[in-house]
Amino acid sequence: MVTPAGSSLDVEAVRKDFPVLSREVNGRPLVYLDSASSSHKPLQVLEAERQFVEEHYSNVHRGVHTLSQEATDAYESARSTVAAFLGGAHDEVVFTKNVTESINLIAYALSNPGSPVQLGPGDEVCVTELEHHSNLVPWQQLCERTGATLRWFSLTDEGRLDLGSDAVNERTKVLAFGHVSNILGTENPVRELADRARAVGALSIVDGAQAVPHQAVSVRALGVDLYAFTGHKMLAPTGVGVLWGRAEILDALPPFMGGGSMIEQVSMSGSTYAKAPERFEAGTPVISQAIALAAACDYLSDVGLDVIKAHEVVLTARLLDGLHALPGVRVIGPDTTELRGSAVSFVLDGVHPHDVGQSLDEQGIAVRVGHHCAAPVCKRYGVPATARASTYLYNTEAEIDALVDGIQQVQRFWGAA
Amino acid sequence: MESLYQEIILDHYRNPHHRGLREPYDVEVHHVNPTCGDEVTLRVVVEDGVVADVSYDGQGCSISQAATSVMTDLVIGRPVAEALAKHDAFLELMQSRGGLDPDEEVLEDGIAFAGVSKYPARVKCALLGWMAWKDATAQAVAIAGGVH
Repeated sequence: MVTPAGSSLDVEAVRKDFPVLSREVNGRPLVYLDSASSSHKPLQVLEAERQFVEEHYSNVHRGVHTLSQEATDAYESARSTVAAFLGGAHDEVVFTKNVTESINLIAYALSNPGSPVQLGPGDEVCVTELEHHSNLVPWQQLCERTGATLRWFSLTDEGRLDLGSDAVNERTKVLAFGHVSNILGTENPVRELADRARAVGALSIVDGAQAVPHQAVSVRALGVDLYAFTGHKMLAPTGVGVLWGRAEILDALPPFMGGGSMIEQVSMSGSTYAKAPERFEAGTPVISQAIALAAACDYLSDVGLDVIKAHEVVLTARLLDGLHALPGVRVIGPDTTELRGSAVSFVLDGVHPHDVGQSLDEQGIAVRVGHHCAAPVCKRYGVPATARASTYLYNTEAEIDALVDGIQQVQRFWGAA
Repeated sequence: MESLYQEIILDHYRNPHHRGLREPYDVEVHHVNPTCGDEVTLRVVVEDGVVADVSYDGQGCSISQAATSVMTDLVIGRPVAEALAKHDAFLELMQSRGGLDPDEEVLEDGIAFAGVSKYPARVKCALLGWMAWKDATAQAVAIAGGVH
């Protein structure tokens, strides 16, 4: 295959690291366009996890025996790798289960005793209309617990945030928003929003699930307070996520979950808590998964996030062009690659997204259908659901063409367009 | 694809039977499939132990819409007990993972959904209208029982 213009990525070499990509589905070569939901894992990541479990595995922390020390070293080394990957410091990285847990950790900490931010009636929490449910529902729940009011930035017809409102104001205590939308693909102006939050003394919290796998992210350059992402969308296993927080903020937050490992001293009358990040890692953490996540960070760094981003821009442009050329197909979200991730939602006139997804699967093409855990976005654009194609470093231009051809076959089968 | 999307299913999808909400009615229910956003609003009238009418409106994929259309053909005009038996037969077919030969005497056009049972992600689509009907009918029967 010819390396695409604008992309310097050797995709065929990359694909050799992902054996699943060479399988067939329904008698056709698999075309995997669902990485925004979960990515595949390269051999290097699988090998890193396997080697750790085979040679060094034990529980971490507290142990004096050799394996426990080796496991602890590997786990803390993984923390350092992730921190460097983000441009943060070692103690600013908390391992969680996923973004959902990272966001809930903050939302519950903010209403637990000792929170540096006190929320109550008259205070506001601000989100946006394009959030994944994981960055919406926990804030609705926080408002229910505290009596605070939920506000949000609305969406424009073009799939961008309408920032010309007073959704962030002197009553705002928390501003939570996605870096890149999982359903629209929209990349939000993180720095501008973080600055607005800081100007009114509000905490800024970013869901980076769709950004960190696809582009270089420096939490310091973004100027945010807290930043969450998950491993399984960036070549790592399920079960491991990250909450990064500025040291002074993590140090001031009370714990979310209580239990082992997060304590300083425990007596029957009460307990004191460990410093961050241990304060937020109650119980035995995800050990081998965290080590695999560090291997995934190394893999992505070796390929180069800028190279990956450039490759995905080429793929996304080709996909948008292909969809725009088809009658009866509507893209839901920004229609150019400018300030845009690689997830592209679309709907076909006269064919329900579920039927689109099923019919594409018959051709070996994996896309996701539904509301993508962003039901308010579907409502905003007047569709019950969408089909979504999302690419990653291992996808090719030929696969984009296969999707566009596949959509035309779907239209023929269903007698649409 | 043909084993899933039988011509009977496509016919009911394109030309649904008994569609549209009608007055009067005993009970109205609204059921949703939270994983995909499909929804149906459904009304029933039960008279003297017979399903006198089922009317509905909804949005969703071909499977959910066609299955609801077929369901109305099967239950309207039948005694509640007989209609519930058809519900049970359809549910059993959907849970069979392709391992059941459906009885056309009982399920009529519903036999076209046998292939759907091989697609676990789509079974809940096929059951959406049936679940709404069962819920509404149980409420209607309970109301009627309370009156007598």
